[in-house]
Amino acid sequence: MSWDLVANVIIAGVLTGLVYGLMALGLSVIFGVVRVVNFAHGEMMAVAMYAAVLLFDRWGLDPFLAMVPVAAAFFALGYLLQAGLINPFITRPEHSQFMLLVAVAIIVVNALLIAFGPDARSVQTGYQLESFAAGKLLFDAARVYAAGAAVAAAALLFAFFRFTLTGKAVRACADNYLGAKVVGLNVKHLYALTFGLGAACVAVAGCALSVLLEVTPALGPGYTLLAFVIVIVGGLGSMSGALVGGVLIGASEALAGLLITPSAKSMFSFGLLILVLLLRPQGLLGRRT
Amino acid sequence: MNRRAWVLLSGLGALLVALPAFADSYVLSVATLILYLAFTGQAWNVMMGFAGQLSLGHALYVGVGAYVAGGLFFHYGLGPWAGLWIAMLACVAIGAVIGFLAFRFGISGVYFALLTIAFAEFTRIGFDHLRWTGGPGGMFLKVAQRDQIDLAHFRGPPEMYYYAILAICAGALALCAALLRSRAGYYWRAIREDEEAARALGIDTFRWKMAAVMISAAMTSVAGVFYAFYYNNLFPEQVFHISKSIEIILGPIIGGVGTLFGPVVGAALLTLLGDGLTELLAAFDWEVPGVKQVFYGLVLLVVVIFVPNGLWPPLARKLGLRR
Amino acid sequence: MSLLEVRGVSKSFRGLKAVSDASFSLPEGSINALIGPNGAGKTTIFNVVAGVYAPDAGEVLFGGRAIHGLRPHQVCAAGIGRTFQIVKPFSGLSVLDNVVVGALLRSKDVPAAKGYAAEIIEKLGLGAKRDLPASSLTLPDRKRLEVARALATRPRLLLLDEVMAGLRPTECDQMVEVFREINRAQGLTILLIEHVMRAVMALAQHVGVLHHGEVIARGTPAEVVRDPAVLESYLGEDVEV
Repeated sequence: MSWDLVANVIIAGVLTGLVYGLMALGLSVIFGVVRVVNFAHGEMMAVAMYAAVLLFDRWGLDPFLAMVPVAAAFFALGYLLQAGLINPFITRPEHSQFMLLVAVAIIVVNALLIAFGPDARSVQTGYQLESFAAGKLLFDAARVYAAGAAVAAAALLFAFFRFTLTGKAVRACADNYLGAKVVGLNVKHLYALTFGLGAACVAVAGCALSVLLEVTPALGPGYTLLAFVIVIVGGLGSMSGALVGGVLIGASEALAGLLITPSAKSMFSFGLLILVLLLRPQGLLGRRT
Repeated sequence: MNRRAWVLLSGLGALLVALPAFADSYVLSVATLILYLAFTGQAWNVMMGFAGQLSLGHALYVGVGAYVAGGLFFHYGLGPWAGLWIAMLACVAIGAVIGFLAFRFGISGVYFALLTIAFAEFTRIGFDHLRWTGGPGGMFLKVAQRDQIDLAHFRGPPEMYYYAILAICAGALALCAALLRSRAGYYWRAIREDEEAARALGIDTFRWKMAAVMISAAMTSVAGVFYAFYYNNLFPEQVFHISKSIEIILGPIIGGVGTLFGPVVGAALLTLLGDGLTELLAAFDWEVPGVKQVFYGLVLLVVVIFVPNGLWPPLARKLGLRR
Repeated sequence: MSLLEVRGVSKSFRGLKAVSDASFSLPEGSINALIGPNGAGKTTIFNVVAGVYAPDAGEVLFGGRAIHGLRPHQVCAAGIGRTFQIVKPFSGLSVLDNVVVGALLRSKDVPAAKGYAAEIIEKLGLGAKRDLPASSLTLPDRKRLEVARALATRPRLLLLDEVMAGLRPTECDQMVEVFREINRAQGLTILLIEHVMRAVMALAQHVGVLHHGEVIARGTPAEVVRDPAVLESYLGEDVEV
């Protein structure tokens, strides 16, 4: 096994990991701020991927361009979902909220199955066959673009939370729900906004991933778990943690796939989740609540 | 339970016992499925409804139970009655490990649920690579004569399996009823309501939570053994899949977590309506996979939003079975 | 004979010293009060005695036996019952069942526990409400339930954390009577954290005053309310007791 093979596998893993990181970032924002255990996160990802495939098949819209309308649509849908369905559940016991989203996940997965059938769908673009070379290292063009989009979206989100007034208001809600209300923030609206933003992240990640992988309805639950693994390993409430976690998981899964059998690579992630939950529940970069 | 409830229960019991006499094989198989789901739901209910620990990876115990008993039969010809005990032991041990890790490290709520999912998924992928259990290709148990009852090997006509699961289900209900009335029931409910207050009253909450987890695991393993010898084929992808874990909890959530009959009512309602829907659609030549699941998802959604304590408590009150 | 002895107990939380070298002892059968401003460390001392926290330094002896470092359920089994500042009823259970949970500690089976629980419920004046869900009770009744539940564990020492807060003067007097009666009839030792001076003056035989985690005064109620250090830190000059 040569070093450049290993290096290339790691590079591919890191790039894909950035896309997973963006997906996890969406969950981190939702879970970290609104405290909603979004069990339908992976399903949302699958829907985004299907949307990209559809737009490509119907109108030849490149997934990277499709990101804009899909993200906008997801933002609106996410806002409505939170405002309409989930908001009343904030005061209910935790498992009740969990079950609500499990129900949504079940409906979405099977609706996709009914609409698209079980066969895999994918996007075929020209640049999927290109790659950049740097010495013996190979960077798949599609992966680079996808990772780039992920990083750009993440940067936009960071900027929003750091520099805008609304962003700061959202962070206030996350830190102290009651305090935010007392100060006069419209918490319900901000929660819905946050969910919308999280959903938009998923939309971008999904469109990006559609050029890398095929999509089937059954993909949903796997991505939900992956998102949770990344968020917990990277650290709840830490946005950079989600990206770092994504890269870590992406790279290690790729390596594990190389060194052990590819189908066993998820085992590594679950083993890591168990370890983190037990030993360092705040994750690598998270804060201890 | 009041007098009316006893009468209703006895009537229902008599009906169930007499069912094979007038039901066709399809109805019998549906009834068997309902009882199976009612039993696994009840087993899950012990962990969640009684001790308040949300497990979303209960398929782990079904799978381990099935594979241990099935594997021992497949490789060594060990009959299910002996394999049952080994399967239960294995599941209790696994439950104890998960419980110990979770409770010693203070993991609860969402994190506990995620931990259970992680263990189930880890095992699913693991079994996909396990040669002894046939890997992803599955394990197939010999299907012997279907018309003779071979109780030692748990082989026989569908009626036999029906009565077996009926007995198991009834046994589970009796066990849970006894548990609820006992010290265990009081302590579990106290822990579920307020663990800190329970500790201040002298309750060793760690020990009692462990007990709930281990009892739940043991009961679920029995379902696994039944599954192995009823369906006769096991695939890790199916048996350990998260969709199976969710299937287990649908009954109790819809019927009523923590109640005695909730899981049974929930399982019955869901299966009957789901199958009814499929039949209806088939009549219109509309056989689309996934419709039944969407229906389940919608029912779950409605119940969680509007009837969070489950459909059974208000139904029982309406029927005059409860105060 | 001292039933409870706290010797040199200190407890810090992330650098903040909540209790500093606190020492006191409670004679068996006595009623004692622990008073002081908010944040003085009173509930922390309770929690150390009750086993919720292990002390950083010092010892806690109960009936001559060291109990510091034991976990809460073991402390209860040793004979110490406690209530919580913010009541914690088992909302989904009936009033009777709440107390049964406590009674099960020393009763050999559920019927025996039910019998004893019913007695205690009567004694606390909750008899009429025994089958109601705990969630439907008013605050004073919830406080009575909390006390009943702790009493059901047949403690030798009862720790009451601000049990009078939120009660009207007549309700407060009723509670005081209940405690006096139990102390008289069973010789139950009581330690209360209280801000309601009316109850402290009426009940307590000995009072300890905490300020910034340190014991700054101790004595009879009459002595303590005249102590200049206490007046300055807590009671103020114009206290009416």
